[in-house]
Amino acid sequence: MGENRKVQGALAEFSNPSEILHAAEKVRDAGFHEWDVHSPFPIHGMDDAMGERPSPLGWMVSIAALTGVTGGLAMQWWMNAVDYKLVIAGKALFSYQAFFPVTFAMGVLLSVVTAVFGMLWLNKLRYHHPVFSSDNFERSTDDAFFISILAEDKKFDPKKTPQFLEEIGGINVELLEDE
Amino acid sequence: MKVNTENPALVFEEKPLVLGDPDFNKVTTDICQISEMPIKKTPKWWWIAFTISGILAMNLLVMIGYLAWEGVGVWGVNIPVGWGWAIVNFVFWVGIGHAGTLISAVLFLFRQKWRTSINRFAEAMTIFAVICAGIFPGIHVGRIWVAYFMFPLPNQMSIWPNFRSPLLWDIFAVGTYFTASALFWYTGMIPDLAIYRDRATNKIKKTIFGILSLGWRGGNRQWKHYEVAYLLLAGISTPLVLSVHSVVSTDFATSIVPGWHSTIFPPYFVAGAIFSGFAMVMTLAILARAVLPALKNYITMDTLERMAKIMMVTGMMVGYAYSVEFFIAWYSGNIYERFAFVNRAFGPYWWAYWTMVSCNVIIPQLFWIRKLRRTIPVLFALSIFTNIGMWFERFVIVMSLHADFLPSSWDYYKPTWVDAWTFIGSFGLFLTLFLLFIRFLPIMAISEVKGVLPQASPHYYHDMPPAGKGAING
Repeated sequence: MGENRKVQGALAEFSNPSEILHAAEKVRDAGFHEWDVHSPFPIHGMDDAMGERPSPLGWMVSIAALTGVTGGLAMQWWMNAVDYKLVIAGKALFSYQAFFPVTFAMGVLLSVVTAVFGMLWLNKLRYHHPVFSSDNFERSTDDAFFISILAEDKKFDPKKTPQFLEEIGGINVELLEDE
Repeated sequence: MKVNTENPALVFEEKPLVLGDPDFNKVTTDICQISEMPIKKTPKWWWIAFTISGILAMNLLVMIGYLAWEGVGVWGVNIPVGWGWAIVNFVFWVGIGHAGTLISAVLFLFRQKWRTSINRFAEAMTIFAVICAGIFPGIHVGRIWVAYFMFPLPNQMSIWPNFRSPLLWDIFAVGTYFTASALFWYTGMIPDLAIYRDRATNKIKKTIFGILSLGWRGGNRQWKHYEVAYLLLAGISTPLVLSVHSVVSTDFATSIVPGWHSTIFPPYFVAGAIFSGFAMVMTLAILARAVLPALKNYITMDTLERMAKIMMVTGMMVGYAYSVEFFIAWYSGNIYERFAFVNRAFGPYWWAYWTMVSCNVIIPQLFWIRKLRRTIPVLFALSIFTNIGMWFERFVIVMSLHADFLPSSWDYYKPTWVDAWTFIGSFGLFLTLFLLFIRFLPIMAISEVKGVLPQASPHYYHDMPPAGKGAING
């Protein structure tokens, strides 16, 4: 441990989904905010245990779907009935029935793109993250369960927080430091 | 199903979804070892298969080049059959793709957990099938270099596409379908790519999978959004998969050709698409199990049997559509319609019609017998028959053109060698992509499989007496 290395957070391992679920409740009750539970698969009931609010993604996708539908219909109306009037078999220049399939496809297209990129944006993923400095953390995608508390949290203390993690049942507790 | 006597609350104990009672680590290593072996140790079967399909894919490029150079005259299409194998192959490949979306989206919404072992490669199959499908409308326009006229792009003629045309609906439907399938596939793969990143043995792999997994760290604050996104994608893809083949069917149904102008087409096409797609998933799953024995604990006999049942149901829907078409042709009193159907079954293309009926309706009836549904060679043979039968279904439909309203223009359509090699080449492209996929990417949704193991539930550890462990699989 070098002198000028900055402490970024603390990491503790838990042995199974049940233990980490109960540990998460304790971290939540202790009043931490900048922390997370890392698991190889989503654990049922973890959102409640962490006190997480529901994802706003559904609203984002609803807005995207409406935008796609409106934009898709407007595009066809403008292209075929306004900008270049296309007379096909003497039919009306604009009719929502004939333009429905493309309208639907545009709604779906925009929703899907929003669902995926909105999710990635909300996830705040980044290539370098304090948890990746731990070698043990490589098992988090395999069969290990971790709780990380970041130093950004106001309640974080380089001495007390690791102790706290041990008290709630954490093993292999370590401080996360700059590489 | 046997009665659980240890824990009366759980009356029935379901069979485990994954055999061999693996722990989380076993699941990771079982699946990862397939693609992690060094290039030098790549098995011989892979190289042989890759070489053959690679050559066939190259042959597809040559055929497309030849077509572009010479013009569509190198195909067998002419008046009255202006649509030949290109449209048959297009519908065939798009249809195959549908099973992947059905497995990943519809079965997800119905909470069919057995899908986890087959959804990843079924989705991959969808994407590769849609790529093959997209080639045919792209090249059958004749002047390939102006294929961009199909898109609503500003061009030198200051004219926009005709949005009343079902062919344009196809562009939007299939384009959206491809985008949605690719994003769905990739989203599902992010956590698994993170596994590959964490298991990487050298710096190159670590960097590649590090970028592909986008810094996934499996935090619950990510899983929260991820699960909502996955549910939304499944919810959006479900109407999408039903609409895509409906739109494809309008290519035919909005015309006035007897035998095509029919409202039964959209549901009939969707059922056929799912039928043919499941057949292709079955073919690939059985081959994959044969060459990769590690998969046998995941793609179990029960999974294959369930797929056989879906094939039987959709096969009978298709059979029902065939008979309703005949009934309506008679009931409508329309002489052209009536002629079209009698001509299908007993005219010059009788052999195609009866191949279709035998492969799609008669042979799948063997699936009523449980023992046959659980016999690998039978499943494999039946899946091949269905693949053939569904190709012929589209051929039969398109051949309605050969005898139209004017007897003097009737003709017998024959494909040329270019038609044949282009079609074979599309199989080459499909298999090349598929072989690359099973060699380098996670072939199974590892994190999803872990999620359906009994020990993934927090309740497993204290609420359950040991004997009742298997019970929460269902």
